Amino acid sequence: MTAPINPADSLLERAPQALRDLVTSHFPQPWRWFANGLLADVAILAVFGLLFAALTLAERKILGRVQNRPGPNRTGPFGLLQPIADGIKMLSKEDIVPRDADHLLHFLAPVTLLASAIMAFAVIPYGRNLVPVDLDAGVLYFFCVGATTELAVFMAGWSSHNKYSLLAAMRALAQLISYELPLLLSWVPVVMISGTLSTTGIVAAQSGWRWGWMPTWHVFTPWGLAGFIIFMVSALAESNRSPFDLPEAESELIAGHLTEYSGCKYVFFFMAEYFGMTALSGMAVTLFLGGWHAPLPALEFIPSYAWFGIKLISLLMGFIWIRATFPRLRMDQLTRFAWKFLVPLALINLATAAFWSLSFGWSGPMLAARCGVALVLVIVPFVLLGRRLTAGLAPRSYAYAT
Amino acid sequence: MLGSGLLQGLGVTAKNLVGSFHDPKRLTTVEYPEQKTKLPEAYRNFPFLVSESAEDPMGTLRCVACQICEKECPPQCIFIEKSKDKKPDATGKMQIYPAVFLIDSSVCMNCQICVEVCPFDAIKMDHEYEIATTERFNALLLDREALAKPNSYFHEIRPEEAAEVDGRLAAERKAAEEKAKAAALAKASAAAKPAAPPSAVPPKAEPPKPSASA
Repeated sequence: MTAPINPADSLLERAPQALRDLVTSHFPQPWRWFANGLLADVAILAVFGLLFAALTLAERKILGRVQNRPGPNRTGPFGLLQPIADGIKMLSKEDIVPRDADHLLHFLAPVTLLASAIMAFAVIPYGRNLVPVDLDAGVLYFFCVGATTELAVFMAGWSSHNKYSLLAAMRALAQLISYELPLLLSWVPVVMISGTLSTTGIVAAQSGWRWGWMPTWHVFTPWGLAGFIIFMVSALAESNRSPFDLPEAESELIAGHLTEYSGCKYVFFFMAEYFGMTALSGMAVTLFLGGWHAPLPALEFIPSYAWFGIKLISLLMGFIWIRATFPRLRMDQLTRFAWKFLVPLALINLATAAFWSLSFGWSGPMLAARCGVALVLVIVPFVLLGRRLTAGLAPRSYAYAT
Repeated sequence: MLGSGLLQGLGVTAKNLVGSFHDPKRLTTVEYPEQKTKLPEAYRNFPFLVSESAEDPMGTLRCVACQICEKECPPQCIFIEKSKDKKPDATGKMQIYPAVFLIDSSVCMNCQICVEVCPFDAIKMDHEYEIATTERFNALLLDREALAKPNSYFHEIRPEEAAEVDGRLAAERKAAEEKAKAAALAKASAAAKPAAPPSAVPPKAEPPKPSASA
């Protein structure tokens, strides 16, 4: 019997760093930090660019299957070359700029949006020691960068010199700012419990297993579960995904602030949406799903970045599943849901987390009491607020014409 | 409770997603260029000219160039030029035939009026729907060679209607033959009785002589 090797020392686990050191060892010592950063950029762009392409295909395939049709299957085997065909088509389209548009802002809006979406990838820990920039306030940085998208959306609407674009941009702003609040409030408990704003610190706080098998991920606590759900709902709205995709509801609101965009710039918006969705999912994995940690000690032989990838892709599939299921919300339903439901729940969740933090030392039968009280704190406001929210509105009764 | 309907909906879509992989009944798509559905018999798209035989389509066209369809066609997409000579038609009568028969398929609106008005069952609606061409003008103007399709093809696409038409034409042919026979008989009997009163001269019945005068 050989002694079990430490998972941190396995070959696959060390492969990314070994590869990076192999490349950057050719640079002189003072420039090595720069080369490391550049290499991380290239890796992020390559991996998430390919993930974007694969995601568009997977989305179309899954949506097709859910709607009982096969989805794209003409380009290449099983339609695998569809993203390439889409890319060629979009890039070869004419880039039309309205004559009266503010040309500089019209150009800058997609660039700003895409840049901020890519910058958000900088602080996510993708695996053990695999974080491009390990900031002390990484979570804060992530959400500050994410808030830049609101600026870009309004730039797009304003510079198009089109009243529909402008109105749509204001509508999008109202949505993004409404959902910014529950999004930010939902991760505050995580910071309260783990006591750090650093993403690597939060992942480290979720390491280990209780009783040898139950992962100590935040999502497995009452406040963590509530926070995770609020976070994911807000993330849907922040990345303009269905059922909160009012900013670009092609079928009834033209294309919102994207009305005057075509060709490559439109692709930038599209990419930024998927990058934003991926980054928010990555953050959700980091904050609530234990980052790159394996769910069971026996599964630690799978390298940490693979675990991160598995969790990330499951969340993205969840996004697609939700898109395939729910109809789009109306504007008033959208804001009411944020202000009357998600924000109060997120605030109450702070109290739940505070109780959880105060009852840290409880054990034995008191542990059950701790879980019970926290669960009550989560479920009772949910039920009561849900009743208030749907009072007089649901379940609907339909009067058929006789 | 709030959210139970959402979970139900997620269940429905998940069932669809999984079901589409193992239950062919769920995935109803027909992959068109490779698979084709069987068209209903009454499906119609663009007319064709019926000819009796596949070997000599131009010699056995049922069309007698009466030009009714040309006059009735609402968008006026038919152009017919009559022949100078005559040929026996489907019922054995001597008839002229179309020397030129053109249909502009870019103008035709598939209304089937030409078929309804044709007294000779010479023009019928086709089942052909892959009619795209790479050339806009000449390729869309179809001449009688392109329009003619044999009766066997008509049987293939519309068995019921074709059987009905064949039966009717056979009956007409038989009636014409009997009439001709009766006329010949009357002529023969008239010739045998030269003492008949001169006022009762039998009308000159033209015997159907399939003379190849073409």
